[in-house]
Amino acid sequence: MGSLIKIEKRNDISNSILLFSPVLAIILTLLSGAIIFYFLGFQPLEALKIFFIIPIADLYGFSELLLKATPLCIIAIGLSFCFKTNNWNIGAEGQLIFGGIVSGGVALLFYNQEGFFILPIIILTGALGGAIFALIPAILKTYFNTNEILTSLMLVYVAKLLLDYLVVGPWTNPEGFNFPETRMFSDSARMPLLFEGLRIHAGIFIALMLVALSWFIFFKTFLGFQMKVSGLSLKTARYAGYKGKKTILLVFIISGACAGLAGVGEITGPIGQLYREISPEYGFTAIIVTFLGRLNPIGIIFASLIVALTYLGAESAQIFLQVPKSIGQIFQGLILFFLLASDFLLYFKVKFLITQKKNEY
Amino acid sequence: MKGINLMLKKILRCFSVALFFLIATSLSANAEFKVGFVYVGPTGDHGWTYQHHEGRNAVEAAGMKTTFVESVPEGADSERVIRQLAQSGHNIIFTTSFGYMNPTNKVAKDFPNVKFEHATGYIREHSNVSTYSARFYEGRTLLGHIAGKMTKTNTIGYIASFPIPEVIRGINSMTLAAQKVNPNIKTKIVWVFTWYDPGKEAEAAQALIDQGADVIMQHTDSTAAVQVAEKAGVWSFGQASDMQKFAPKSVLTSIIDDWAPYYVERSKAAKDGTWKQQDTWHGLKEGMVAMGPYNPAMGSALVKEVEQLQKDLASGKVHSFTGPIYDQKGNLLVAEGKTADDGMLAGMKVYVKGVEGKIPE
Repeated sequence: MGSLIKIEKRNDISNSILLFSPVLAIILTLLSGAIIFYFLGFQPLEALKIFFIIPIADLYGFSELLLKATPLCIIAIGLSFCFKTNNWNIGAEGQLIFGGIVSGGVALLFYNQEGFFILPIIILTGALGGAIFALIPAILKTYFNTNEILTSLMLVYVAKLLLDYLVVGPWTNPEGFNFPETRMFSDSARMPLLFEGLRIHAGIFIALMLVALSWFIFFKTFLGFQMKVSGLSLKTARYAGYKGKKTILLVFIISGACAGLAGVGEITGPIGQLYREISPEYGFTAIIVTFLGRLNPIGIIFASLIVALTYLGAESAQIFLQVPKSIGQIFQGLILFFLLASDFLLYFKVKFLITQKKNEY
Repeated sequence: MKGINLMLKKILRCFSVALFFLIATSLSANAEFKVGFVYVGPTGDHGWTYQHHEGRNAVEAAGMKTTFVESVPEGADSERVIRQLAQSGHNIIFTTSFGYMNPTNKVAKDFPNVKFEHATGYIREHSNVSTYSARFYEGRTLLGHIAGKMTKTNTIGYIASFPIPEVIRGINSMTLAAQKVNPNIKTKIVWVFTWYDPGKEAEAAQALIDQGADVIMQHTDSTAAVQVAEKAGVWSFGQASDMQKFAPKSVLTSIIDDWAPYYVERSKAAKDGTWKQQDTWHGLKEGMVAMGPYNPAMGSALVKEVEQLQKDLASGKVHSFTGPIYDQKGNLLVAEGKTADDGMLAGMKVYVKGVEGKIPE
C-alpha cells in the first residue's frame, strides 16, 4: 500500500497566512504553557499572568523589556540581510563580542576624559569591529569556498577567548584586585539614559533607525530587490545583474556591523565596563528572533519583544512560582516549534491517500 | 471633541493606575518576611551554587520564607533580578557571586530598607550592603599537610582559575603547609581561566599528572579533576562540596563551604531589626569552612595529626601564614614568629618559595 500520507505544497498561499502563522504559534504556545503549568500544580491563568504580564506591568518592567529587546532587534535586523540571501551567518555572537572589544578598548583609551565626540567614536568603532570580524567568514566563503556556518561559528570562540585574555591580562582594572574585569567607563563613554532611574538608553534609537533603514533597503531599493530575488533563485538573480560575491561581502558587513552595535549598546549601556560575559548569547538568540520575525523589519520588532519577554517571564516565574529557569527556555522552544509547525501546515497540505483513492478511482 | 478626548484619557489613566495597584497589592499583599538568593549557576548536586542553596535550605528550615533565582548571568541581567527581588518584598537578599558586586550596590541605593549581602566582594557603598567570604585558605593548609605526607613524587598539581588574591592565597597556604612536613615539595600550577569547565579542568588535571604530580587539587567547581585523578590512580581533594562519592578511592578529603549558619544568623538579624553592615571573613573556627570525611587510606596517624591541626587553626594556636615566609626570589614576606595580617592576605599577589612558574599578567 505504500505510504498512507502524502504531503503536497499548497498553491494558494496568501499574505495573510504569513501573518497568521506567528499569531497561531503564540496562541498554541500559551495553550501548551497553560497545560504545563497546570501539570506543575499551578493555576494556569495565574501562572501565565506571572510569566507574561507581571514582568511588564509597570514602567520599570516595560523599560527592562525594551532594554532586553534592543540588542536582539539590532542583531536580528543585520541577520535578516544575511538570511534573505542564503548566507548563514551563525557567528553574530562573536561579532557582538569583537565589536564590544574594539569599542571597549576605545572607551578605555578615553578613560577619565570629557568630550561629546567620544561616544560617537565608540559607536562607530564598535560597528567597524563587528563588520571586520564578519568579513572573515565572508571572504573565506567568497574566495575559498568554505562553509560560512562553520567559520562564523568557530570565530565566536576566538572572540570569547580574546575577550577573556584582555580582561584577565592587559586591560584588567589596576584597582580591581586582579579580578577579570576592566575599569568602569567614564560617563562620556556611556549611552545617555532616557529616564532617570531606568536603564533604558539611547541604544533603542539605533535599533529603530536600523529598522527603518532596513525596511527602506528591502522594499524601496534595487539592492533590496536583488537580495530578494537572489534568495529565491540565484540563477534568475544573475540575469538581473546580481553580483554574488559583492553581495555576500556586503550582507556580512551589514550584519557584523549590527552585531557590533548591539555589543556597544550593552557595554556602554547597562554594563559600563568589559568583563567576560558581556552578552548572555544574544547573538544566538537573535537567530530565533530573525526567523520568528519572518526576516521582516517590523516582524523583527515584535519578535524581539516576544523573545525578550520570555526571558523576563522566566525570571518572574522563578521569583513568584519557584519553577526552574528552564521553563523560560521551554517557552522559547515552544514558540519556535509551533511557528515551524504552523508554517509547515500552512504551506503544505496533508493528504490521506486511502480516502483519496476512494474518491478518485 | 477635545473635552471627550481629555475625559477618555483621564478614564484610561484611572484604569491603568488601578490595574497597577491591583497587581502591586496582589504581589505584596502579605508583608511576610522573605529572604532572596541570586545564584550564578544551577543548584545542581555539588559545587559553589549548590552550597549556597544548602544555606538557603537551612534558612527555610529555620522558619523563614525564601526565594531563589538560579543561573543569573553576571551581565546586565543580574541587576534586574536583584531589583525584582527587592521590589517584590524580599527583606534581605544574598547575591552569591563576585560579578554581582556593582549591581548589588546599585540596587541597594534605591532600596534603603532592604538588606543586601554580597559574597566575595569588597564594595559596600551603602549602609545596607554587607560583604562576606570564607577563609578557605585555612582548609588549604590542611590539604597541604595531607598532600605533603601522601606524595611520593614530591610534586603537587594545582588547577587554578583566575590570578586573584583569593586563588593565590590558596596556592601559597597549601604550599607552606606541605613544605612544613616535606621540605622538597614543588607545586605545579595550570591556570584554566574559568570557574567551571569540566573539559578544561580534566585536561589540566591530566597535564599535571603527566608532569609527575601524584596529588591534585583544584580551585574550580566541577568534579572533572577528581574523576581524572581516580582513573589515573593519584590522590585528589574535593572543592566546595564533599566530592568523595565522585571519586571514592582518590579523594582524601574535601573543603566544604558551609554558608548555612551565616545565612540563618543574618536573616534572623534582619528579621529582628538587629542587622548591621559588616565585612565578614569566617573560617574553620566559625564553621564557614568545614572538612569532608577523611579517606581511610591516609592512615589513622595522619588523620589524627590533621584533626589536631584543624583544632589548632580553629583556636588560633596555628596560623596558616606564619613566618618566616619567602617569595619565589627569596625576599622575606613575613618575619620569623610573625603572622600575615588580613590586609596582606586580602591583597596577596606573589607566590611563596616552592611554587613553580609565574603568576599570569
